[in-house]
Amino acid sequence: MRRQNHMTIEISNPLALIAELTHRCPLHCVYCSNPLELQARGNELSTEVWSRVFKEAAAASVLQADFTGGEPLARPDIVELVRAARSAGLYVNLITSGLPLDEAKLAALVAAGLDHIQLSFQGAREEAANEISGAKSHAQKLRVLDWLRQHRVAVTLNFVIHRRNIDQLEEMLALAESSCATRIEFANVQYYGWAFANRENLLPTRAQLDQSLTLIKREQERLQGRIRIEYVVPDYYAKYPKPCMGGWGRKLMLITPSGDALPCHAAQVIPGLSFENVKDRSLREIWEHSAAFQKFRGEDWMQEPCKTCDRREQDFGGCRCQALLLARDAAATDPVCSLAPLRPKVDAILSSLNSAPSTQLFIQPTWLYRPNPA
Amino acid sequence: MPPELTSRPRLAPGCRLGENNQQRVLLMPERALRLNGPSLEIVERCDGQHTVQQIIVDLQKIYSKAAPQKVEQDILGYLALLHKERAVDFEL
Repeated sequence: MRRQNHMTIEISNPLALIAELTHRCPLHCVYCSNPLELQARGNELSTEVWSRVFKEAAAASVLQADFTGGEPLARPDIVELVRAARSAGLYVNLITSGLPLDEAKLAALVAAGLDHIQLSFQGAREEAANEISGAKSHAQKLRVLDWLRQHRVAVTLNFVIHRRNIDQLEEMLALAESSCATRIEFANVQYYGWAFANRENLLPTRAQLDQSLTLIKREQERLQGRIRIEYVVPDYYAKYPKPCMGGWGRKLMLITPSGDALPCHAAQVIPGLSFENVKDRSLREIWEHSAAFQKFRGEDWMQEPCKTCDRREQDFGGCRCQALLLARDAAATDPVCSLAPLRPKVDAILSSLNSAPSTQLFIQPTWLYRPNPA
Repeated sequence: MPPELTSRPRLAPGCRLGENNQQRVLLMPERALRLNGPSLEIVERCDGQHTVQQIIVDLQKIYSKAAPQKVEQDILGYLALLHKERAVDFEL
């Protein structure tokens, strides 16, 4: 920890760099975490700039690089980027749909130093999974899972959970158990960006969520020592908000395909923030001085009830983007917090959902699919 | 469950030693464990070559002022924890 002398905010070192290598993607998932405004291929950073960024990240004490997108494998230089990050000293994690992958490419990625691969699944059943991703994708994922047995690389299966697949957790676990995965992440959809637009058709019921929690607890015990199970509940059902990104500007830094440095995936929705670009300044300078990173660091920006709350150093006021979406004020207490003045707004959304007849909850939706950028 | 004394712990795929601010760390999916003193001595020997028994003997020599029984218990406990975290496998 280093203390800046002109203010009382302590700046810790960043721990992970989220490298959004591209917004191009063969999938069109209805809950995509990319911003609504996608970057075109022509604006993407070059191999050279990314390689420099990885060196600067390692020098700034970053431990892990998370390669994500879009689909990171859409970058023709992906093997080179893995090699550059690994030789800079970073732990390299690839978050992928597995679609543009063949056996030779996988072997090349592992040889270049890939440490961990997170293979995303949209469900355990082909038809439903394909519907959510807006593409024929499931069968290819199963092939990739089979190829992975040949390699010494950590494997996590990532399932994004929502109303239409939360009842399939056992099938998803069976898929993980039949594979070489040592970790499984069940992350419920959180409602910003594309997911916010599709919320009405994605948010699970309380009965579904309760059932899933019981199942997860039982399976975590059963699979202990074999598969680690992480389960993230939807913020809307939580009593307290999550420490979004581990606290604004405390642990994570996200670089967009065009090089803007963001404190979180969705930060661009917050009005009045301006972002610095890695083409213009070093990572260390941006981390320490960028106005966007300073904006919600520490506690000075907090309002009541956060300002005097005992939990303010645990959850840092929750998610700024959620505050903006639901309270129209990015500095408000995250409205999912049971202590937030605007919690009744979230409760109203939940109670209208949980009192709806179940037949109504599963009618065929008109999805807003995420398109591909130019 | 404590590991068998004859098994050979090996870092699991995707788990390896790294360094951060002159501090040795065990890098693994989505997390990193700080290592110092005994924990570093143990992890450095999780190479699929040393048996659990050999690790115990080595560390009892290095930490000869500590009670041998205590050293053994600490090692078994730490290896069980690493296994639970999916950071080591026990090979026979």
